[in-house]
Amino acid sequence: MPTFTLDQQTIEYNPGDTIMEAASRAGIYIPHLCYHPEFTPHGSCRVCVVSVNGRYVSSCTTPASENLDVTNISEAVQQHRKQLLEMLFVEGNHVCPACEKSGACTLQSVAEFCGMLSPTFSFQYPNRPVDASHPDYMLDYNRCINCELCVRASRDVDGKSIFGLSGRGHEAHLVVNSEDGLLGSSNFDKNDRAASICPVGVILPKHQGFNKPIGKRLFDETPINEQMVEPQR
Amino acid sequence: MSAATVEAINNIIDNNHDPDYLLQHLIEIQHHFHYIPEIAIGALAQTTGFSETHIQSVVAFYSFLSLEYQGDYRILFSDNFTDRIDHNQQLKTLLEDKVKDASVYIGMTSCTGLCDQGPGLLVNGLAINDLDDQRVEEIAALILNKEPVSNWPVHLFAIRDNIQRSDIQLQQESSGGEGLAKALSLGPDQTLSVVDASGLRGRGGAGFKTATKWSFCKQHQSDQHFVVCNADEGEPGTFKDRILLNTYAEEVIEGMTICASVIGASKGLIYLRGEYRYLLEALQGTMQKLRSENKLGNNILGQNGFDFDVEIHLGAGAYICGEESSLIESLEGKRGIPRIRPPFPVQQGYKNKPTVVNNVETFWSVAHILRQGADWFNQAGTEASPGTRLLSISGDCERPGIYEYPFGMTLTEILKDCGGAGAQAIQMAGAAGTTVLAKDFARQLSFEDLATGGSFMVIGSQRDLMDLLDNFATFFRHESCGFCTPCRVGTLLIEEIIQRFNHKQGSEVDLEQLQRIAQIMQETSFCGLGSTAPTAFIDALNQSPELFTERMGHDIDNPVFDLEQATRDYKRITQ
Amino acid sequence: MNNTPGKIRIATTSLAGCFGCHMSILDIDEKIIDLVELVEFDRTPLTDIKEIGECDIGIIEGAVANSENVEVLQEFRKHCKTVVAIGACALNGGIPAMRNHYSLEECLKESYVDGMGLDKPLIPSDPELPMILNEVHPVQDVVKVDYVLPGCPPTADMIWDALTALIEGREPSFSLDEVRYD
Repeated sequence: MPTFTLDQQTIEYNPGDTIMEAASRAGIYIPHLCYHPEFTPHGSCRVCVVSVNGRYVSSCTTPASENLDVTNISEAVQQHRKQLLEMLFVEGNHVCPACEKSGACTLQSVAEFCGMLSPTFSFQYPNRPVDASHPDYMLDYNRCINCELCVRASRDVDGKSIFGLSGRGHEAHLVVNSEDGLLGSSNFDKNDRAASICPVGVILPKHQGFNKPIGKRLFDETPINEQMVEPQR
Repeated sequence: MSAATVEAINNIIDNNHDPDYLLQHLIEIQHHFHYIPEIAIGALAQTTGFSETHIQSVVAFYSFLSLEYQGDYRILFSDNFTDRIDHNQQLKTLLEDKVKDASVYIGMTSCTGLCDQGPGLLVNGLAINDLDDQRVEEIAALILNKEPVSNWPVHLFAIRDNIQRSDIQLQQESSGGEGLAKALSLGPDQTLSVVDASGLRGRGGAGFKTATKWSFCKQHQSDQHFVVCNADEGEPGTFKDRILLNTYAEEVIEGMTICASVIGASKGLIYLRGEYRYLLEALQGTMQKLRSENKLGNNILGQNGFDFDVEIHLGAGAYICGEESSLIESLEGKRGIPRIRPPFPVQQGYKNKPTVVNNVETFWSVAHILRQGADWFNQAGTEASPGTRLLSISGDCERPGIYEYPFGMTLTEILKDCGGAGAQAIQMAGAAGTTVLAKDFARQLSFEDLATGGSFMVIGSQRDLMDLLDNFATFFRHESCGFCTPCRVGTLLIEEIIQRFNHKQGSEVDLEQLQRIAQIMQETSFCGLGSTAPTAFIDALNQSPELFTERMGHDIDNPVFDLEQATRDYKRITQ
Repeated sequence: MNNTPGKIRIATTSLAGCFGCHMSILDIDEKIIDLVELVEFDRTPLTDIKEIGECDIGIIEGAVANSENVEVLQEFRKHCKTVVAIGACALNGGIPAMRNHYSLEECLKESYVDGMGLDKPLIPSDPELPMILNEVHPVQDVVKVDYVLPGCPPTADMIWDALTALIEGREPSFSLDEVRYD
């Protein structure tokens, strides 16, 4: 099998693998948000950035190839991730103490793993209303990071295309495909793949907020970098 | 909804249910109604199979499309730096004052490509140049008279080519298809060799070798190949494609046809930026003429089995669509979000087939190169940058316009020609390009030194470079496609920081953040927009730090917090 | 107050916060006795000193929501060599900043005019009262912050680790499981 180097380790890969895929198979954690092994790579969050022969690339979209010299965990790479995570935090409203996803949130856990203490950029405090129209689920757009995992899950697994992205630039935002744009008017179902894919606290089940005490939540006991399979949310 | 509305929509859709034409239909509907009526969204959902939400999300991506009726006239003032120094803001205010009660929307848009004869504006998608008080008053009177734009006097729309300097290419007589005939007689491989020998490099800015791109595409096996002409000339300060499409369209299409003969394509597309809609009719006429001369269509110039035709797709106000993979997405009727590369367009482009995307000027040069030979071309220029290229010169100079130069000219020589003596800086290659200060004017135009996609903006000594940065910051915030984190958020944060400095409220904290944001955008952005957007700010910081340090608050270590402003609401509520 | 030579002087304040971070400071339990050996408290809600003197470390809890918060924070910055912002509200506005999605007028009307059980609906505007800001700000919008401790509140251990590091002249650093935003 062909190989490349990641943090001085030799990694085998299958032709066609991305760096992320090969590293995951070898049990190496590369921090990521918009990547998910069940779906085609997206490359938008940039958090899986690694340094390859001195250049920064996203590991989820860069094909593995012979002689790559990849740095995953270093001060410089983690610094880059931290800036990107800071940007995501200041762009939305991520009030961890008041969020039901806290402790099971990938954004939070990745940021903690990458050593972000607090964002230093200017907080935008966007005004994004909550959609509570669906009987079983709610959408809190304040926490959306535009990763499009729900878009892909609903389109590619559920065959429903309930979610989409609209607008441009910093106005790009998640939309629901229904007549009035509300989740309650769509054919969204609690058993959809899209219902359990959100890495942050946008798509949340109703009637069970804060059901796990601090200390018992998904990432309390096993930090994200030690969860070898993609966490079930 | 009236029957007439429905009929107009049906006429536009014209039984073309191909989802790839969604954007084209939307553009025509916008053009007809000056907005996209709800009923049109429903009709398109039925014919294309897309959800209404999807169609609305496409509309929301493009600046020139609007879901709300905003009036019978939609006026967008061009807002490039060159428009600003010619007082576009004051002219906009003047027009707003004059037409207060009329059914009109007045807004701003990114550079419309009339920088040599600005300020410019678009009225219902059509370009007007040379704005001054008098012309604005004339426009106001037409609006108040409810005169349809089709009845407006032609002198308002009289856009000039404005060629100031011709060199070996512009000096040519019309090619008359000789280049294409030559290519057909040489055959694909030899034609490719000629293009290769000429050393031609892409004129869009990146400078990739044209023959290499073509040969990658040619090598890629597929039942179909495509030729795409990138006429989305969106880099602020660039307008040379405007004159090529206006006066030299035959050679541009000839170049596309030559490319088709090499890579084996039967279809070509021109992606024409919405700002240049006024060129559409003439371009279609040119294509009709070429068809009648058998230079497009079937068995071109009698060559059995060589069929090729060209179609024009319009853009709708999105700078990102100049990026080739976004352009392809837009050609396919979608939001212009760049694609993951690899695969590259030469492998999987339009409709996922191998596609060559080249700049207008590249194709134009190809026609001349085939006609005159590789040596004729590469005798000019430098070793690494053979040939000549067109510069769009604008800003603080006596003779703005189009200049053809061999590569290797120094900025000093160019400035002398255009009457830009005393300039403090040249903005090379537009908002995404490099700021060259006067001390470096001995540098030369070339890929190995100062590359440009054609934009050359002269910044006079009377200008405040912070105003230039302010213009660019707003431009990038507006034009980021929003797909990747660093560009979407970084452009927003940079604009905020630049505006703080512009209001003399900067601090060391802001400077430190600006550098951090710029670095992360340069190194981690998904496409070239994000990685080049911070260049001007970093150039300024490195070359003219006083621009920033002289605009700090009295306590430079701490952020400026304006308590007066921050308590304004409370005072108002409790007064 | 006398300044004891050799002792580190610390001031603390709670701006728009819930006092939870101060509770967490007290939560360092008996270690506070060790701490008192090393430090001397200047202005804090614990000492009830109103004016801040020259200090080594200023600890800020809470977000910036009114004109008094701004003034206190700027005083702290002026008088403290090192400013440490602690807790979600100080760092990112936290719960108080959730009002930023509403206009100040809406907030005040909801509280003082349209709210339930109001005897004499009236938006308070006595000149003695601090003016409420249009929006709630994190501490970093007003002054430069030297160190931050995340958490709601930061744990007593984290506060202890950071303080002892600063007192000993080290850079505070935290283990992976110490860093939490809630």
